[in-house]
Amino acid sequence: MAPRKLYGMPLSPNVVRVAAALNEKGLDFEIVPVDLRTGAHKQPEFLALNPFGQIPALQDGDEVLYESRAINRYIATKYTEGPELLPTPSAKLEVWLEVESHHFYPHVSPLVFQLLIKPMLGGAADPVVVDKHAHELARVLDVYETHLAQNKYLAGDAFTLADLNHMSYLFCLSKTPKADLVASRPHVKAWWDDISARPAFQKTVAAIPFPPSA
Amino acid sequence: MAPVKVFGPAMSAHAARILVCLEEVGAEYEVVNVDMQAKEHKSPEHLARNPFGQIPAFQDGDIVLFESRAIAKYVLRKYSKSAGVDLLREGDLKEAAMVDVWTEVEAHTYNPALSPVVYECLIYPAMRGVPTNQKVVEESLEKLKKVLDVYEARLSKHDYLAGDFLSFADLNHFPYTHYFMGTPHASLFDAYPHVKAWWERLAARPSVKKLSAGMPLKF
Repeated sequence: MAPRKLYGMPLSPNVVRVAAALNEKGLDFEIVPVDLRTGAHKQPEFLALNPFGQIPALQDGDEVLYESRAINRYIATKYTEGPELLPTPSAKLEVWLEVESHHFYPHVSPLVFQLLIKPMLGGAADPVVVDKHAHELARVLDVYETHLAQNKYLAGDAFTLADLNHMSYLFCLSKTPKADLVASRPHVKAWWDDISARPAFQKTVAAIPFPPSA
Repeated sequence: MAPVKVFGPAMSAHAARILVCLEEVGAEYEVVNVDMQAKEHKSPEHLARNPFGQIPAFQDGDIVLFESRAIAKYVLRKYSKSAGVDLLREGDLKEAAMVDVWTEVEAHTYNPALSPVVYECLIYPAMRGVPTNQKVVEESLEKLKKVLDVYEARLSKHDYLAGDFLSFADLNHFPYTHYFMGTPHASLFDAYPHVKAWWERLAARPSVKKLSAGMPLKF
């Protein structure tokens, strides 16, 4: 069988979000580079996979999907080996999947872009943007701190997709001067220390080509 | 069985996301207003339901939830079988995947392009007394056109976004699109005949018509 193909840049946290899920499930895949710097994501070949011209896209047999969170739901539903990432019904799990998408991501993503990705592209972080999103992310993580004081994982006692969907950006955040947003919150830190120690995630991050200075 | 409760103003787009699903499954529900002007959404009572201090929130017996899409899914999973409705398609992996893809597209691509126009043209002038920021409107409309190009191509092949069946993905588009049609830029959709036809199909649904009546376009 042809290996699964994950299209994107190996450094992109949205791509790594999917790589993390594939590794949790013990699935083989190859990353097919789509270099945003050359505009490859806007070429017809890639648009045939994701008409919105964004990475990642996943090809799994004859199925082609995009939107990393939709891809991860598909992986969690289709593959029964490995941890149960999406036990249903779980209303609490659905809530925290949405919290990642609508509270965590909107602030961590611009922070990581400004502090990590922009410098790699030869640009400089915009301090106004950084301060704004760091402030907002701090407020969001305060809610997580309270929640994780009562729950080992976001959906309760077990690691699920709700936790996993955070990991790529949490990892990138840990490489920036704003890592203290997590480190200063004991329950958030304990949660991150626990989930980032998972063997599948260790494998995922080993494959991220961070430049030597990061 | 006690009706489920949706906390938030009925005209709120995010509350409407849940209400349309409740209407589609014919469930009994109660809308409990949350007075945003009086900052009720930041009260301890509401924070206990939604720790981010936002509307909507939801209660079904002991179950208290927040995040409109999570709540809507809960409603659909609870009532769909008895209502004979299948908007999530969870029995078919490929169909469910398509529902998920287009639900994410609405959340991360369609809504970020369209909702600023709604906020600038309708909501901010009414709620904050500020004038429309035309620059934001123009930038959003440019983004929206590119998004609608993709929707037009998709809806030329299928009646609905996830396939030839109505799904949760389509319904998620209702509330903000409804309000967009109350802005001076509604005619943008005329340039996308398949998108316009799809919107008109959604707007004609009894559930959407009923809720639209409670979502006036003049604030």
